[in-house]
Amino acid sequence: MMKMDNELERIRKKKLEELMMSTEWPDKPQEVKDENFDDFVKKYNVVLIDCWAPWCGPCRMLGPTIDEIAGEYKGKVAFGKLNTDENRDIPMRHSIMSIPTMLFFVDGKLVDTAVGALPKNTITEKLDSLLN
Amino acid sequence: MDILDIAIIGGGPAGLTASIYAIRSGLKAVIFDKGIYGGQANQAPWIENYPGFDEISGMDLMDKMRAQAMKYVEIKDSENVESITKDDRNFIVKTSKEEYHFRSVIYATGSVHRRLGAPGEGRLLGKGVSYCATCDGFFFKDKKVAIIGGGNNAATEAIYLKKLGTDVTIVHRRDELRAEDSHKDTIVEMGINVVYDSVVEEILGENMVEGIRLKNVKTGDISDLNFNGVFISIGDIPQTELVKDMGVDIDDSGYIVVDKAQRTNIPHFYTAGDVSGGFRQIITACSEGAIAANSAHEDLAKPYWT
Ligand SMILES: Cc1cc2nc3c(=O)[nH]c(=O)nc-3n(C[C@H](O)[C@H](O)[C@H](O)COP(=O)(O)OP(=O)(O)OC[C@H]3O[C@@H](n4cnc5c(N)ncnc54)[C@H](O)[C@@H]3O)c2cc1C
Repeated sequence: MMKMDNELERIRKKKLEELMMSTEWPDKPQEVKDENFDDFVKKYNVVLIDCWAPWCGPCRMLGPTIDEIAGEYKGKVAFGKLNTDENRDIPMRHSIMSIPTMLFFVDGKLVDTAVGALPKNTITEKLDSLLN
Repeated sequence: MDILDIAIIGGGPAGLTASIYAIRSGLKAVIFDKGIYGGQANQAPWIENYPGFDEISGMDLMDKMRAQAMKYVEIKDSENVESITKDDRNFIVKTSKEEYHFRSVIYATGSVHRRLGAPGEGRLLGKGVSYCATCDGFFFKDKKVAIIGGGNNAATEAIYLKKLGTDVTIVHRRDELRAEDSHKDTIVEMGINVVYDSVVEEILGENMVEGIRLKNVKTGDISDLNFNGVFISIGDIPQTELVKDMGVDIDDSGYIVVDKAQRTNIPHFYTAGDVSGGFRQIITACSEGAIAANSAHEDLAKPYWT
């Protein structure tokens, strides 16, 4: 019985993943706001949120890197961008005092934080370790 | 494979200007930038010493420079140059994406912020420790911050934070600021506190910056001061890692050695901007970029070492 449950769960997950892949899995970062932040990080298994603001030079450096990774990790990691100028609650909740800051979530829980315009492979290494 | 005339490494003011001059003189060039152009100048809250603009933000100025350069040159954004080697004829530039061959290189990678090296600095990065007032100042409105440093950039950042409504104290290790007089006057006018003759022994705080431990270099006295943030602006480290193996001459302060024409000791290898030391301003970075492009052009037409 146990085994059957596992099997069912596995199939269910796979189907769900396929569904997400085919329909609604974003291949580019989505704009996230204070209001929909919680829903967004709970909706996907692994989520990376890039907290940025228009006046921040290093944020501009990180932006294209995140866009690129979002394309490559489609179906595995969902990406969001949160403008800290327009959204104050989430930065406050996560004590963000420096941008860019990346927040990593697994199953809706914050598991890692990284500050600064990090190189692409540092970010993908973090994601890979979260995916395993 | 196509061999282009010039690889421009770095899309700051030096690299962007070099590209405009190189291409207008008839050379084929590309720019590589590991981020997306603009370099450190993006972090200048405002610039008041670049002629033609009374006052302009670093980002706006760099947007304009980039737009102008893009009329001529291809900018390869997010393409980090990982190594530069030389065979008997050309430079082989290996990036995070591809390998390319070039007849010459203009190396304009600028510099990165120098770290303080005090305990707590790394641990509290992003938790009150910052290297960029324009980026993070906003989070410290109505709070108390220390700026560590005494040069022009430190002064600009102090003034910027004060204007945001932050309670600012400059901590400097000497008995006088190095910043230019116009900055010093503003600092006095705005009532920014300055603590002289002091070095940071430690950045204090468990999960957030709570203060700094200072040592007076003259008396040896130790004191703890409370702050919510610490902005570090104590100079830069030129980014020369890629050229060390090539045997490019570097001076005692870490800058690439150049002659007046921006030539290094390696033929067809030029450098411009902050990485070659000197005055380290936008205007001089642009000037050096232009000169480097001109030298590259001359040398391709008629090699100077023959
Ligand atoms: C807070 C602050 C305020 C300032 N205010 C002023 C001011 O008012 N006036 C003024 O004139 N100057 C000011 N400056 C100084 C000015 O910003 C610099 O002198 C100028 O940016 C130097 O230009 P650069 O082209 O040499 O280097 P940078 O602007 O640093 O550009 C270097 C570029 O190279 C890229 N790069 C580095 N390594 C690699 C690699 N391996 N592969 C690919 N790309 C690479 C980087 O991403 C970067 O974009 C200020 C600086 C700061 C920090």
